[in-house]
Amino acid sequence: MEFMKPGAFKDNASNALADENLRSAMAMLNAGMIPNRQGAVDRLPEFEKLSQRGRELKDHVLGNLDFYLERFERNCKAAGGHVHWCSTAEDACQAILKICRSVDAKTVTKGKSMVAEEIHLNQFLEKHGIEPVETDLGEYIIQLAGEPPSHIIGPAIHKTKDQVSDLFLKHHAKLGRTVRQTEPPALVNEAREILRQKYFDADVGITGANYLIAETGSSIIVTNEGNGDLTQTLPKIHIVITSLEKVVPTLEDATTFLRILARSATGQDFSAYTTISTGPRREGDVDGPEEYHVILLDNGRSAMLGGEVNDMLRCIRCGACMNHCPVYQSVGGHTYGTVYVGPMGAVLSPALLGVSETKHLPCASTLCGRCEEVCPVSIPLPKLLRQWRARAFEAGDTPNLERWGLWIWAFFARRPWLYGAAARLAMRGLAWLGRDNGRLRNLWFAGGWTDGRDLPAPEGQTFQERWRKRDRRVS
Amino acid sequence: MLNPAVKESSKIINVGLFATCLVDLFRPTVGFAAARLLEDAGCAVHVPEQTCCGQPAYNSGDNRTAQAIARAVIKSFETYDYVVVPSGSCGSMIATHYPALFTDDPDWGGRARALAAKTFELTIFLADVLKVTAFRAAYDGTATYHDACAGLRELGVRDQPRELLAGIKNLEMVEMSETEACCGFGGTFCVKYGEISTDIVSRKTANVVKTGADLLLAGDLGCLLNIAGRLKREGSAVQVRHVAEVLAGMTGDVPPIGET
Repeated sequence: MEFMKPGAFKDNASNALADENLRSAMAMLNAGMIPNRQGAVDRLPEFEKLSQRGRELKDHVLGNLDFYLERFERNCKAAGGHVHWCSTAEDACQAILKICRSVDAKTVTKGKSMVAEEIHLNQFLEKHGIEPVETDLGEYIIQLAGEPPSHIIGPAIHKTKDQVSDLFLKHHAKLGRTVRQTEPPALVNEAREILRQKYFDADVGITGANYLIAETGSSIIVTNEGNGDLTQTLPKIHIVITSLEKVVPTLEDATTFLRILARSATGQDFSAYTTISTGPRREGDVDGPEEYHVILLDNGRSAMLGGEVNDMLRCIRCGACMNHCPVYQSVGGHTYGTVYVGPMGAVLSPALLGVSETKHLPCASTLCGRCEEVCPVSIPLPKLLRQWRARAFEAGDTPNLERWGLWIWAFFARRPWLYGAAARLAMRGLAWLGRDNGRLRNLWFAGGWTDGRDLPAPEGQTFQERWRKRDRRVS
Repeated sequence: MLNPAVKESSKIINVGLFATCLVDLFRPTVGFAAARLLEDAGCAVHVPEQTCCGQPAYNSGDNRTAQAIARAVIKSFETYDYVVVPSGSCGSMIATHYPALFTDDPDWGGRARALAAKTFELTIFLADVLKVTAFRAAYDGTATYHDACAGLRELGVRDQPRELLAGIKNLEMVEMSETEACCGFGGTFCVKYGEISTDIVSRKTANVVKTGADLLLAGDLGCLLNIAGRLKREGSAVQVRHVAEVLAGMTGDVPPIGET
């Protein structure tokens, strides 16, 4: 479903700021995520070391990506799996459709996958007569609501409990659930009971992957609900939809990331379920799929390799950057109008969708640097945001008003004498306007400031003006 | 008051004071407070002609304009022993980002790195370089300190202002929650995305008010104008000042920011 557009970021933000439900949901998020992560990091003395190791590992893999991907493919095939290399979202969707049609699939269950969101897989499957059923509770909620995720690890984080109660009643009444549940355990149980049969009915189960292991040809997912296990072991076919940069050399290496991932994401020491899949069911296995497919999506990533935003490919999708982002905390994820949101989304989306389409996203940041500070793989997000701004400026995508404002400012800033004269005049004017109480409530040319804040009035004379006078007195 | 090693050295320390455009335009008293602190510590303070550090252009992606302004700042300031800036944001522009602007330029790259190496944010310079420990100033009241982002995360300004403020007689300090969270100023962000900026600063002012402090301090005038502007719009009585005004004992010279 097309929801909001990144080009309408400002309007989206206005609407978000006026949405009381969103504000109360975001307040809960802000109060919980930051101290939870800090606590988890403080409890692990070697967190910094692991984080450093994780960064080095990712850099090593990105420098040798072809080697590790081919190794993964070889070992995956040796274990009886199939690997599908897909350049674009369309390629990936078509590959998945072909596999689904091979067993005449009517419904597929899905574990949480951001790459599936990226290629808009649900819409594609529905268009081709296949019903996708989200099994992660958050994903299930937003599927009922017909919305995209607003957070990469908490897709329904923007919903209040009351909104979930209403949604469940609306969609479950036809299944005989006519009591509006209000307590979280009752809501979870209701979803669980409804989803249970879906697991058995599904012909295909689709999950994402947090990591691909080159040495064994395996994929790993972490969940807190165990829904991934049911999704991938019960149907005939398990499809893993993932992207190139998720490969790591060994299982041992994956554990480095697993130890920093949950701590950075939710503040848990470890996710509740960590599931490793290697090929289809073997002789003697009690369960497991008959076929195991890995869809390896590029979709712009190989073009990022070795370029200005190469470091973004280190991202392990923990969401710490958005949890700590003052802008995300205010407006939530839907405002961005893209699948990936917050600081990591503002850096990744221009690479995936183009600079013009997403020009607001790198600009809508105070560059406060907290995202980089909490990033477990030290992605220099503010630097990368600035790089996108420079590309947008070069491409002429900077709005005219801003471009002209900058030009006028630069004209003065590069001519100190003229600057000084203009500054002396302007500050006297502002000081006069604010003479009554030391501030201005309204300035027609600075509504962006004065709509929500007073503008403190300047003292009157500029510092340099007064300093020169002092110098003259002294000498 | 002053680190004896510095005091006893016969050589006068020549400091170029980069006041920052906001101090120059809005709050000259901060410039004079910085100068007084430096002079009290035995430095000779110089204020060469200056406009801005170039950050508005740099953060808007206009690197050519940022480079042109950076060259002018480098030329004006490279002759001094040190450059001191009463702002973590502008200080970091010179100390962190100027070298990044000239990575491919052998001549200006070297000059940018040389200037960067001797450029310090004011409280870092006082606490870590000059090792000033005591002040003649006193302040009756309770203050809370906001950690401005660039100073905190790019230059490591965290303990220095708190250590310096501990030397002010009668001043009681309280910490606010989320003191390291951004105030929402963000340079041109605050006007380009005014609504979001206002929402972010409202979280900051709520945390300020919750402390019960009667004074908010920070080391960056951008944040201070933003927080003061919001506090005054909310009708709050909390006063707002630059940390240098308190350290230099100049709170009697000028009303709090946004007040008369």
